[in-house]
Amino acid sequence: MGHRESDLPMAMAELAEDFQSVSAKERLQILLELADGVPDLPERYAGNLDKLERVDECQSPVFVIAELRDDGFRTVRLYFEAPDEAPTTKGFAGILYESLDGLPAQSVLDVPDDAPFRFGLAEAVSPLRMRGMVGMLSRIKRQVALRLESDATTVANEEQS
Amino acid sequence: MSVPVENNEKFAAYAHPERLVSTQWLADNAGTPGLVVLESDEDVLLYETGHIPGSLKLDWHLDLNDQFSRDYVDGDQFAAVMSERGISRDDTVVIYGDKNNWWAAYALWVMTLFGHEDVRLLDGGRAKWIAEEREMTRDVPAVETSEYPVVERVDAPIRAFKEDVLEHLGKALVDVRSPGEFKGELLHMPDYPQEGAMRGGHIPGAKSVPWARAADEDGTFLSRSALEAIYQEEQGLSPQEDVVAYCRIGERSSHTWFVLTHLLGFDAVRNYDGSWTEWGNAVRVPVER
Repeated sequence: MGHRESDLPMAMAELAEDFQSVSAKERLQILLELADGVPDLPERYAGNLDKLERVDECQSPVFVIAELRDDGFRTVRLYFEAPDEAPTTKGFAGILYESLDGLPAQSVLDVPDDAPFRFGLAEAVSPLRMRGMVGMLSRIKRQVALRLESDATTVANEEQS
Repeated sequence: MSVPVENNEKFAAYAHPERLVSTQWLADNAGTPGLVVLESDEDVLLYETGHIPGSLKLDWHLDLNDQFSRDYVDGDQFAAVMSERGISRDDTVVIYGDKNNWWAAYALWVMTLFGHEDVRLLDGGRAKWIAEEREMTRDVPAVETSEYPVVERVDAPIRAFKEDVLEHLGKALVDVRSPGEFKGELLHMPDYPQEGAMRGGHIPGAKSVPWARAADEDGTFLSRSALEAIYQEEQGLSPQEDVVAYCRIGERSSHTWFVLTHLLGFDAVRNYDGSWTEWGNAVRVPVER
């Protein structure tokens, strides 16, 4: 594996290698499989899309929410809603789900912003279409950062009172 | 070899009825020699999830756009794309796709730049075919490649560049984007990546007619009289005047180009494919809000 992947979380680096090791056409097939692998929303979110954030960079209506578990790692759990009629976008969600779900919050924050371009997808789906995945990743990181920040505020308030 | 035109009452009212086929016609004529069916979607993977049996994928990014310059493919590349799909110069090509045929119309417009004579749209596109519970498959047909001739692209009659639009100012312009984009309200959000433009708004004098107004609820085109009511009566456009249509990158405006040119019979409609991603970033071009 080249040094370029070394700053990615392990699952993401492995997935990137899977993509890179096959032809552009086969990458589309992997993407389709990942799209099929995105779990349905849990009951508490199903039908409550207003609780999720819409990813405006995607032309299709795609929503994401990053929850932080109350454990020492602040483990990140990701939930997506993407229409079946937008399999590429759903595949992007699948990549991020496989790569980042279950990681500690800090590991998600450390994912480089250019990570979406490490899968060799730009040539398989065209560079312009990569925007959606860049948008999804940045929104996930932003949500994680905001939730960590509100933790810090809560702790500070508790210490003051 | 081209395939006979559909005899259809709704289509007969349009200026060029030969530019449309119905889902029933396509089902009846599947497999006819000389007929090639192409699917062209916004989503590059949608074809793989299932498509009309016998159809082939034509992707607007990978097959029709040049991968280096912001331009369409040249004659050599186009010939390769057509040959790979077994298409002959005199074949009837029927294109269908998602989003009310938005990308299908774009593909049709690009094929028109190369003068492919018989290109038709499937009225209602992918959504109507599925809604009617017609057969879909994941099988990709094996095709025998053809020898499509290398034809030079002819842009001028139906494609406008920024310079052309500057000269055209004061004449009819149709902005087919959403009202928010037209008013310049849709700007970027802090910290979020965006592809957009440095300036929001529209080209001075443009009329706002969102492209989807031309489509009915089932994705088919509105009747000729309903289309005339929008473009001619409400907007005051005349079939004899020069019209330039634009959107963000020229995809949605291809749909409107199709409506004005083939359904309403306008003589001189050009699609400005640079559209807002060029105009909204260009230095010292006039912008109206």
